[in-house]
Amino acid sequence: MSLEQITQVTGRAVYVPGEDIDTDRIIPARFMKCVTFDGLGEFAFYDERKNADGSEKSHPLSDPRFLGARILLAGSNFGCGSSREHAPQALYRFGFRAVLAESFAEIFFGNSTTLGMPCVVMARQDVLALAGLVEEDPALLVTLDLLEGKVTAADMDFKATLPDHAREALVRGKWDAIADLLENVPEIRRVAGTLPYFKTA
Amino acid sequence: MSKTLLDKVWEAHTVRELSNGATQLLIGTHLIHEVTSPQAFGMLRDLGLKVLYPQRTFATVDHIVPTDEREEPFSDKLADEMIKALRRNCEEFDITFFDLRSGRQGIVHIVGPALGITQPGTTIACGDSHTSTHGAFGAIAFGIGTSQVRDVLATQTMAIRKPNVRRINVDGRLAPGVYAKDVILHIIRKLGVNGGLGFAYEYGGSTFDAFTQEERMTVCNMSIEGGARVGYVNPDETTFDYLKGRPFAPGNEEWSTAVTRWKSFASDPDAKYDDIVAYRTVDIGPTVTWGINPGQAIFIDEKVPAPEDLPEKDRATAEEAIAHMHLKAGKPIKGTKVDVAFLGSCTNARLSDLTEVARHLKGRKVKNGVKAIVVPGSQGVSQIAEKMGLAEIFREAGFEWRGAGCSMCLGMNPDKLIGDQLCASSSNRNFKGRQGSPTGRTVLMSPLMVAAAAVTGEITDAREVFTLS
Repeated sequence: MSLEQITQVTGRAVYVPGEDIDTDRIIPARFMKCVTFDGLGEFAFYDERKNADGSEKSHPLSDPRFLGARILLAGSNFGCGSSREHAPQALYRFGFRAVLAESFAEIFFGNSTTLGMPCVVMARQDVLALAGLVEEDPALLVTLDLLEGKVTAADMDFKATLPDHAREALVRGKWDAIADLLENVPEIRRVAGTLPYFKTA
Repeated sequence: MSKTLLDKVWEAHTVRELSNGATQLLIGTHLIHEVTSPQAFGMLRDLGLKVLYPQRTFATVDHIVPTDEREEPFSDKLADEMIKALRRNCEEFDITFFDLRSGRQGIVHIVGPALGITQPGTTIACGDSHTSTHGAFGAIAFGIGTSQVRDVLATQTMAIRKPNVRRINVDGRLAPGVYAKDVILHIIRKLGVNGGLGFAYEYGGSTFDAFTQEERMTVCNMSIEGGARVGYVNPDETTFDYLKGRPFAPGNEEWSTAVTRWKSFASDPDAKYDDIVAYRTVDIGPTVTWGINPGQAIFIDEKVPAPEDLPEKDRATAEEAIAHMHLKAGKPIKGTKVDVAFLGSCTNARLSDLTEVARHLKGRKVKNGVKAIVVPGSQGVSQIAEKMGLAEIFREAGFEWRGAGCSMCLGMNPDKLIGDQLCASSSNRNFKGRQGSPTGRTVLMSPLMVAAAAVTGEITDAREVFTLS
């Protein structure tokens, strides 16, 4: 299985402010009554974007200036809460290809990496500075460079980091682990055989 | 020897180190449910893969099942499609399914331990963040995404980084009216909802030594609310006593070998931790949340904090929380009117939770205008509770006695808040919209505090409502 080597993401960006944005907000549970991930994009941040009667609330993702953004800017502990992969799936299908935030919840981080959507950590003041730049000029192109570990926008560079294992997985096109995991089934069976609770069949 | 339980379990289950630095970790026990598994089976089919160890995956249905209408087809077509998909997937891939008619259905994190599937020294994964619950048995258990559910089905392994370990000591006995739920809410309040990022939490100290297995489960369950993907307690006699005789636990002939092996996984006395914190039960009181994340918590007799008194970073969320909750900064939370009382969830719907509440609720009545429901965590809990007469006590008090499932913890079934109803809830998350209504309000608390709220119609101190000893 050959996967794209993700070294750079370029596009317009949008800032969704707030700390501890949980996965229930990213995709309310009622939209998880589905047996495929198709079509989840339109429900990203649904209750933040819509009133109960379906009318629009003011929200950055509904702001026409930011339509088509590929990079999401966020605060700390982004994606906390449930393990639902539906959350990064919804963001990906909404059109995002990278999330830049002050920090990420662990399960969300792993789920996003597995989709090939880098989650990159930036200093709080850098996220805010970048948010300021795109607010001023929503058409501004922002580039995340995973090889250089930086984000560039309007001639400004910002430090952007992610753990080595995730960076390696993305830039080498190994972000979906299944191929690696399938490589050595005999070794899996050997380890399983050492565990008494693991009745090998 | 200076290893933690995490070190030992990790070593025993490591298949290899992957080139990117993650571990290919063998997952001994895989639990699945209807919400996060269908896409994983779809991916298996797309890739032409089989389930490597079907006998190590166990399925049940919990998130979407109605708790009143138990006959199929469900009136909610999507829910009906999901249960059928799971049944079909389990049949096709030869996976044990604790179906609605099995007598063993229930919330996956209650079913696993109750059947003795959850065992010390094992690795457990499930597409649900509250998988940390199983750590109460000295297992390393964590929530995973759907792609990883696929990975575990196909290879019985997953790629994961080994976390650091923070030892959390709690010492002392709990005062009457203070419960395991208060202990974990207190820990999250102190360490923050992101304090556990990158850590596994190892809980210990005299409080945990004295805790029942079910109390340990309540604490481990909410590790993820503190940002820790894994939480565990070292296995001891309490653990072994709980497991003995359960359907999937080792039988008599294998028992003593199993116990010897399980004991060997406990952290060594000189184990090295990446961090150690300590709390005392004398400093912990009945706790309730006032906000929109589980770290926004106070003791029942405290006042809702004023955002300006909080650290700069917490202010915006606090303002959002107070607005959402219709509370007033600087005012007591006690006395806040309650519309719904929910006793249920993988945090607090085990037999001991229901027993403790019923003991005090007997002869009392739910306040007029309050909708009170009790949702046992599993059919097993329900059956015993009915035999013990607990169901009758709840019914007589005015609680609706429902079938097992996740129910109003996340409102994926018909049990939802309506509009901006305020719910006194024994569940684990008070996120905006969590209980099925975008404007619904959730106040997390212990089961007995839920009962006190049901009886008085307001958020109140259970110690003033019931005679505790």
